[in-house]
Amino acid sequence: MNKPSEETITQKPAKRIDEHIVEIVSDSGEGAQKAGQTFGNISAKMGNGVWTVEIIPAEIKPPARSPAGASGIRIRLGSHYMTNMGDAADLVVALNEQVLYSRIATDAYKPGTIVLLENKWLTDPNPKIREQYTTSVAEFRENGLIVHELPMEVECLKLTPRPRLGKNMFVLGMLSYIYSRDLEKANTEIHNTFIRKGEKVISLNQDLLKAGYEFAATNLEYHYEIPAWERDTDERLIVTNGNQGLGLGVMLSGMELVAMYPITPATSASHYLADVYDQVGGFVHQAEDEIAAIGFAIGSSYAGKTACTITSGPGLALKTEFMGLAVMAEIPLVICVVQRGGPSTGLPTKVEQGDLLASLYGAQGDAPKIVIAAATIEECVHFVIMARRLAEAFRTPVILLTDANLGTGVQPYPRPEPKAEWLASPIDQSPWNKEIPPYDWDEETGLSSRPIVGQPGGEYVLTGLAHTTNSKVAYDRESNQYSCNMRSRKLASLYSTLKPPIVHGDQEGDMLVVGWGSTLGAIEEAVDKLRAEKHKVSSVHLRFLSPLEPGLEEIFSNFKKVITIEINYSDDVNFPLIDKSNRRYAQLAMMLRAQTLVDIDCWSNVHGQPMQPGLIYNILSQHLETMKGAN
Amino acid sequence: MFGLKGDWSLDIKKRYFTLGNYAGGEARWCPGCGDHGVLTVVQRICRDKQLPPEKTVAVSGIGCSSRLPHYMGTYGFHGLHGRALPVACGIKSRRPELDVWVATGDGDCYSIGTGHWIHAIRYNMNMTVLVFDNSIYGLTKKQTSPTTPIGFKSNTHPTGAILEPLNPLTATLGISNVSFVAQTVDWNPIHLYETIKAAHDHKGFSLINIIQRCPVYSQEVSQFLQDNPENLLLLNHENGIPIADNIMRMFPNQREHDPSNMSEAYNISFNTKLTPVGLLYHNPKVPCYDDLSSKGNDMGVEEKLAGLNKVLDQFAI
Repeated sequence: MNKPSEETITQKPAKRIDEHIVEIVSDSGEGAQKAGQTFGNISAKMGNGVWTVEIIPAEIKPPARSPAGASGIRIRLGSHYMTNMGDAADLVVALNEQVLYSRIATDAYKPGTIVLLENKWLTDPNPKIREQYTTSVAEFRENGLIVHELPMEVECLKLTPRPRLGKNMFVLGMLSYIYSRDLEKANTEIHNTFIRKGEKVISLNQDLLKAGYEFAATNLEYHYEIPAWERDTDERLIVTNGNQGLGLGVMLSGMELVAMYPITPATSASHYLADVYDQVGGFVHQAEDEIAAIGFAIGSSYAGKTACTITSGPGLALKTEFMGLAVMAEIPLVICVVQRGGPSTGLPTKVEQGDLLASLYGAQGDAPKIVIAAATIEECVHFVIMARRLAEAFRTPVILLTDANLGTGVQPYPRPEPKAEWLASPIDQSPWNKEIPPYDWDEETGLSSRPIVGQPGGEYVLTGLAHTTNSKVAYDRESNQYSCNMRSRKLASLYSTLKPPIVHGDQEGDMLVVGWGSTLGAIEEAVDKLRAEKHKVSSVHLRFLSPLEPGLEEIFSNFKKVITIEINYSDDVNFPLIDKSNRRYAQLAMMLRAQTLVDIDCWSNVHGQPMQPGLIYNILSQHLETMKGAN
Repeated sequence: MFGLKGDWSLDIKKRYFTLGNYAGGEARWCPGCGDHGVLTVVQRICRDKQLPPEKTVAVSGIGCSSRLPHYMGTYGFHGLHGRALPVACGIKSRRPELDVWVATGDGDCYSIGTGHWIHAIRYNMNMTVLVFDNSIYGLTKKQTSPTTPIGFKSNTHPTGAILEPLNPLTATLGISNVSFVAQTVDWNPIHLYETIKAAHDHKGFSLINIIQRCPVYSQEVSQFLQDNPENLLLLNHENGIPIADNIMRMFPNQREHDPSNMSEAYNISFNTKLTPVGLLYHNPKVPCYDDLSSKGNDMGVEEKLAGLNKVLDQFAI
């Protein structure tokens, strides 16, 4: 194909669009995620709203050209703030046809979705592959996908003998043309990405980028412009994923230690910290197991340096005994849980909100602790800062729940401006008044101040056994009842400081949707769409789960129906044998029903997929229909 | 020790700690239990070294031995079964200046806490670890422990333990970064004192397996060694545990053993006919993890804020 001149490239008019959802899908190891992240970064730098989510196979080296091996990335970009991954994609770049099947199985595409497909399989020496390819392409077209078979491999071979390694930058080049991205910005991104690999690698990748750009300009009819998102402030933005957000939060909070054990999808938070933590004087301890990780963090916290441990569901299960100790002995501690699908090993790379009840109740006896959930990537940062402060003020472990969707999702948000008051105070080493016992509970609040090792006069023995205010082991009924009362009272006193949540939409109406965690953007997008159609639907999103936020009963009372939308298991009322008397509700619904005595409904699934606005819209529409029928 | 120096001048410290400063609650171990002797020795070493009680932490798991922190006048952490070591390591991680002692047992350390035992040796953080090895679970009333001799009857093996016992010395010696391994007996307070003192002097993770009497559940195991000291092998060396002649005479079997000699240490430990007493292995040059983990713990606010701005700028758009 002929190289076009710069003029022919720029002359084509670009079609203005408000937003697009783009995917790059390939076998694992082909760099689709790197290309997509770079594309997302460039778009954010050009002022677009962006939400990026990775498509991750559960295995490191799944078989090539297999639906289960689909690895890649989705980028939703537009002229407004993006809060979720959206529904069906508009344009997909696929490096083989088989990986598309796993995406089709999750309704990632719709009739009209443009597929830019690597066509080298058409001439593959293996007749089986050739046949698979042609059959699939025909099938895709039959289902309404607009497939363009492109010689990406052939084009890359002009520049490199190993196109498998460079094709992702060629793809980035194509996308850069299609979406009118600034090539200079793309070149800079490539430069920064490959800086450690040397000039030669940088320039090869930049050449591939250019080749992709020119190829698309010459051969593709698609050329769009997505104007920058008009923001009303000029505050600085940063772009991170939620796990990097957790890492930033840890550093901004002044916590100096993260003790962890590798677990998907939480580990990348620690990878990030391991890279930069020394710049703020911190240390990542990779422990021998999940139990040791929390034990190590507890040791540090006990010695006055409140620490953090980061894990996911299986790790949370292993940590429960120590969590009980931290509650019992009133040790401040931050536990971040990046939730994935369960039970057991479950869906390691996929999202679920299945650890809410485990966080609240997964311990011996009554172990009241603070549980909060981040709803956005920005909150992943700020909630860690809040968590440390709550942990120290209330002398208790705080669990911060996020999930795989937030952990791997990438979004621009206002840059946190570091503040000295966010940092942990230096540890108190002044003499401790011997008259004050180590658990000098205030009966009103349950709060007490804590002697820190090094304070002369404060020497006490922390114990996980039932104990008195003096931390003396006590098996009598009064002491145990009293100390349980005091630890529980701390939650009541935190509750008394909370404000009722803000209702999104009108304060009253037909239906109220309640959510928590990463579903915020999708729920509000669905609710907004229904409201635009004059439906009386509102939503409310909870950040505090233990204690629950105040005012819920009153908010609920203004709606005919209250329903939670969650990514965890619940029985469908239409399942055999299920009726109201035995239905197992989604986890937040169960808690809200118990706390408010309101007959709250729920809708949830365990598909391992981030909640999509279109799906929620359909579900809520059905419920509204049913309500109308019942009236 | 008492402020009076060799030249008859007085060196009066602002604070002088007596044994009473290291005494906590009254010990509730059974009469005749070897733990009493270990506690006394630990308190004496604290006094003799004048360790500030507020900078000293006794950490334990669960079991008879793990009650020790309650009987100390220092800070203490009586945590979970098997989990003393991760907590102790965490305490040292950002506060390496604290003096950390760990009290654990054959069940706590060598069974439920096995993973932490192995890895704590690798970390080699500076702490003194006392394993009260009485070859039985005492607090839960006579179950087989990893060091219970084969054939010994317990409530979980009423016809006798069916497995060969675990050898904590060879296991410990086999782990990379091992830096101090000793064995002693609770009924010889002088050897006990010198061994624990040497362990505390060592910068790194010092593990002492203390063969300890349980008069209630496993009397026979240690009685055999008390009654027949020829079953013990005293290890001597100028770099070993210093021992007075009158104590030496109590051990009919002795041998010279250079504690820097790992293969000899392993051979001595492997020979189960004679129970070695003394310093098996010592390597003062193994790096300590607390030196790494505590880096930056003195960083000032300004420097931290500058670092934070730098890391945030990496994500700027």
